[in-house]
Amino acid sequence: MLAKRIIPCLDIKDGKTVKGVNFVNFRDAGDPVELGALYSREGADELVYLDITASHEGRKTFTELVKKVAAHISIPFTVGGGINELQDVDRLLSAGADKVSINSAALRNPDLIEQIAKHFGSQVCVVAIDANQEQGDWLCYLNGGRVPTGRSLFQWATEAESRGAGEILFTSMTHDGVKQGYANEALATLADTLHIPVIASGGAGEPVHFRDTFALGKADAALAASVFHFGEIRISELKQYLRQEGINVRL
Amino acid sequence: MDVAIIKYNAGNIYSVDYALKRLGVTPVITADPERLRKADKVIFPGVGEAFTTMEYLRAHQLDQVIKGLKQPVLGICLGMQLMCQHSEEGNADCLGIFPTEVKRFQPTRHEDKVPHMGWNTLTDVQSALFEGGLEGQFVYFVHSYYVPVNTYTAATTDYILPFSASLHKDNFYATQFHPEKSGSVGEQILKNFLQL
Repeated sequence: MLAKRIIPCLDIKDGKTVKGVNFVNFRDAGDPVELGALYSREGADELVYLDITASHEGRKTFTELVKKVAAHISIPFTVGGGINELQDVDRLLSAGADKVSINSAALRNPDLIEQIAKHFGSQVCVVAIDANQEQGDWLCYLNGGRVPTGRSLFQWATEAESRGAGEILFTSMTHDGVKQGYANEALATLADTLHIPVIASGGAGEPVHFRDTFALGKADAALAASVFHFGEIRISELKQYLRQEGINVRL
Repeated sequence: MDVAIIKYNAGNIYSVDYALKRLGVTPVITADPERLRKADKVIFPGVGEAFTTMEYLRAHQLDQVIKGLKQPVLGICLGMQLMCQHSEEGNADCLGIFPTEVKRFQPTRHEDKVPHMGWNTLTDVQSALFEGGLEGQFVYFVHSYYVPVNTYTAATTDYILPFSASLHKDNFYATQFHPEKSGSVGEQILKNFLQL
């Protein structure tokens, strides 16, 4: 049976891991390759590296990092941040990334999804959507949640799928950082509507939140950052717990 | 150890290159028939589309070269599918090393998503590739087409239906999953191949 996936997300600025990391006896937390390797040993199923650098120099540094990750880590990884055109995708896939995640660029230029799917296959194209719940509606935002678009999450996710997206990574801005659980109702609606995998993001605080997003939110994968980086949840223990709770995970 | 990776118009060749280097082997990536024939081991990786890839292989006479190889050969993902007789993907005539059809997954329930993407288990393992207790272990898959279970099936995985996770016939070995992306289990499988 296909396993549910646990995916740590690493924010990268100027080639270094951004968020604070709090592991006992682990000195290289700022090194994205070492941290990714640690997560891989702990049982992470995939990794996401998000480039939050804006500068041109930063982009070059990130591409070099992608090459190092590909050379050292033996599980799949997705890269995102600053991908605006097909050339960016080509550069990152050639550096060794397995998938790319596109967000604002896809909303601004939905053709980009078709271009990526046609040139590299749908399986490499993750469409990330940041959405906020407002008066009962789920609305999409641009630029890391700063610019509202007024577009419906469900409508945009359906369009992204029909244009060739391979997966939807849905981050609930309403739940992100609150640590009270994922947006399971919206996630379940996405799962019932779409025919491609959905990755839940935003809201993880405790192991039970992962169980619920798989069991109630029908998510195929769950992404989290701070609970892993700060050592609040160990991936190995989380997966043991999920297995006990009847969720099929890779051990 | 002289390992050659067949170079053609496919993605993901470099992931295999990196994986072998992690095992201390530096492969040569080549489309040169002589170079491929004299290697100790040959790896035929692949991510791409069956019909256009077969056209490319024929145009470069690589189809005849691959079929004629005598040393252990490992086909990965599309590489495995192209070693079969025919693929529904683009209605492509393939290499015919394994006399079997490649079919597209037909979902039977809403939850059955295509491509089959992620970690799934190996069962009924029965080739030297799976030495070291790999029955029941998870490996990483990304594919929309599958090879039905047949005489040459060397491992089975269940998704929508039981299908061939691996094939073996004479010196030809193949995996539908990506050993180069399957963590320590994948490393063991690549090591086993290198030791054949």
